[in-house]
Amino acid sequence: MKIDESKLDSIINEYNGEKGSLISILQDIQAQYQYLPREAMDHVAKRLKIPRVQVFGVATFFKAFSLKPKGKQQIHVCMGTACHVRGSRMVLEELERKLGIKAGDTTADNEYTLETVNCVGACALGPVVVKNEEYRGQMTPIKVESLLGSKKT
Amino acid sequence: MKLSSEKELEDLRNEIISERDPDKPCIAVCGGTGCHASGCSNVAREIQAELDSKNLKDKVDLRITGCHGFCERGPIVIVFPEGIFYQKVIPTDVKEIIASTVENGKIVDKLLYQDPVSGKKKVHVEEITFYHKQNRLLLENNTRVDPAQIKDYLAIKGYSALAKVLGTMTPEAVIDVVKKSGLRGRGGGGFPTGRKWESTRDAQGDIKYVICNADEGDPGAYMDRSILEGNPHSVLEGMIIGAFAIGSNEGYVYVRNEYPLAVSNISVAIKQARELGFLGENILGSGFSFDVKLNRGGGAFVCGESTALMASLEGKPGEPRAKYIHTSEKGLWDKPSNLNNVETWANVPMIINNGYEWYSAIGTESSKGTKVFSLVGKINNTGLVEVPMGMSLREIIFDIGGGIPGGKSFKAVQTGGPSGGCIPESLIDMPVDYERLTEVGSMMGSGGMIVMDEDTCMVDLAKYFTNFLQEESCGKCVPCREGLRRMGEILKDITQGKGSMEDLSLIEDLAGMLKDASLCALGTTAANPVMSTLKYFRDEYIAHISDHKCPAGVCRELITYGIDPDNCTGCGLCKKNCPSGAISGERKHTHVLDTGKCIKCGICYNVCKFEAVRKE
Ligand SMILES: Cc1cc2nc3c(=O)[nH]c(=O)nc-3n(C[C@H](O)[C@H](O)[C@H](O)COP(=O)(O)O)c2cc1C
Ligand code: FES
Repeated sequence: MKIDESKLDSIINEYNGEKGSLISILQDIQAQYQYLPREAMDHVAKRLKIPRVQVFGVATFFKAFSLKPKGKQQIHVCMGTACHVRGSRMVLEELERKLGIKAGDTTADNEYTLETVNCVGACALGPVVVKNEEYRGQMTPIKVESLLGSKKT
Repeated sequence: MKLSSEKELEDLRNEIISERDPDKPCIAVCGGTGCHASGCSNVAREIQAELDSKNLKDKVDLRITGCHGFCERGPIVIVFPEGIFYQKVIPTDVKEIIASTVENGKIVDKLLYQDPVSGKKKVHVEEITFYHKQNRLLLENNTRVDPAQIKDYLAIKGYSALAKVLGTMTPEAVIDVVKKSGLRGRGGGGFPTGRKWESTRDAQGDIKYVICNADEGDPGAYMDRSILEGNPHSVLEGMIIGAFAIGSNEGYVYVRNEYPLAVSNISVAIKQARELGFLGENILGSGFSFDVKLNRGGGAFVCGESTALMASLEGKPGEPRAKYIHTSEKGLWDKPSNLNNVETWANVPMIINNGYEWYSAIGTESSKGTKVFSLVGKINNTGLVEVPMGMSLREIIFDIGGGIPGGKSFKAVQTGGPSGGCIPESLIDMPVDYERLTEVGSMMGSGGMIVMDEDTCMVDLAKYFTNFLQEESCGKCVPCREGLRRMGEILKDITQGKGSMEDLSLIEDLAGMLKDASLCALGTTAANPVMSTLKYFRDEYIAHISDHKCPAGVCRELITYGIDPDNCTGCGLCKKNCPSGAISGERKHTHVLDTGKCIKCGICYNVCKFEAVRKE
């Protein structure tokens, strides 16, 4: 993948190239690309003068980072305790069936990425699904179809 | 404008208050995450449009606030000055609220909360049983301020505690007050806050850090989120006071990246506090300087642990370290560091303002003040509740929470998150404080209270927490990394009916090993969910092992679905929704379920309105 290095540099410069800001820098890059392209991580390592292994270490440790490109639409199913006791697993499984993928994967047409998350802080409304930053509370398997809209795979 | 003295602050405050007419109607719309999910932004937009079109902009204020706590009933709208409480408001209700209530003082009956027990409609916030028994020292302010307006915070005495500290108190005196107040940490272990501050103050070093832990990794708890979203200045004020007491000039707020609204509200608050000179050089002309940076977490539960959080602030993977050296001596960048939870910091200004005598009069012998709990799961009134320490579980769950929905019976409540335990019905009258929770095998943790009814399987729950912790274990120490994996496998076997009685003693051995040998508290407390369920619900484990039955009807390998011909009306709903085509039958005739095709997803059971689908 071709990376616009000047874009990366402007992110890195915002943090004055500080080593301690590695996580923030990667978060901003992830926000740009929806994932961390390998070339971008190499560039960060070079600019911050830290070993590449440290950048990869951080990128693989934290759940917020993905090394794989994501689909156009992101669906996050909350598997936190409050949602769990109210049946979030059924909702996740219905999504997996409807999309034909497992949690963590992206549909072949790159439309949807399905992921789980441990609590989004809207526990009172569990089970919660977040679709492209929009929160849907009191989800049931039946509501999955309307969540996905007309699009069905 | 930078304020350079206490007098300038008081002048500004008086100016703000005098500009405000207490009798001016104000419509407060809850803008917390729960109400967002229920569509409050459309309601707020509609109110704005209606006020514009009726030319009421100058006569009526619209305030978007933080979480009001009663998330179950969202979107919530309160009309001030009367404090009329409207619930489940949708955009089409807005015209009527403005025409009737705001312009003519008439109540809109259909939007009132109806008490489920007495059937009576309630008009004002205080009359609602959910709020009635609470003592909302922290959360009340969420309804009174727009988190994006520092002026709102100043209007309710904001930053007066800071002015008092800087103008009249020594650092030692501040620490003394906090110690005498009895405030203990709200983020986990309940360590006395004043003592923590003192040891960081006494530690050698010129540079010291104060840190706010807003990582809130405990799934099912969201009070930190609500405080940070709804009243971010109260947290900042607490931190600045703490920094002064400790002798620190630099602070960090470490907030979960999954909380975008909290991130944005605290950033705005930091900016505004800097503009008015509550952060920065020479705060209020006192000579004391302090500033904070905001860091977003990377989504790892273990990063809520103090040393892992500090590693992550340094840009490293969030792995904890052994704590034979205290972080109060060597923490962030090896400098003395003081870490407190969001709710702990938010308690500080009111302790300074009202005095330690006032604060320590609330609560129990060893646990002072109030605690915010997130009352969630199988409960009628889900939301955030703030109660004095020592209130009984029964009062919290049945009086405030309104009991269990759907006529089901209460089974247990899980507190303390993945480090905590399950408390059974037999202990429902116990008072809730740090000591009592620990005694019964749970803990306070950050204040999650997940209520469970008869349909929750305790073995499945133990497996859930074990899997959660196994996934979140950083992998640095063997007991936690391998121990939790083995524990998960054993529990999985039991839930599949493949367990043996020896497994139970193996679980107990593993639990002891985890407790004694793990590096950080993630591992040392990891067995609590398993051990507490084994202690109080051993019969349920045995039913899985000996009878191959899951009494709650949750564990898939041990249940089969079937249709009860006596109840089935042939409505066809189950057939229509069955993803595996396992149900057949003509309309208005009894349906049948082919267990060979059934994937046990449970959808038919949930959609059936006639209790015709049975689990065995
Ligand atoms: C695995 C683990 C996760 C934790 N997560 C949090 C958290 O999300 N928020 C928090 O405030 N404390 C958390 N803690 C507790 C912190 O380590 C620390 O004790 C606390 O933030 C100190 O603040 P306090 O004294 O004000 O409670 C966690 C502890 C462990 C072991
Ligand atoms: S547990 Fe799902 S939002 Fe908190």
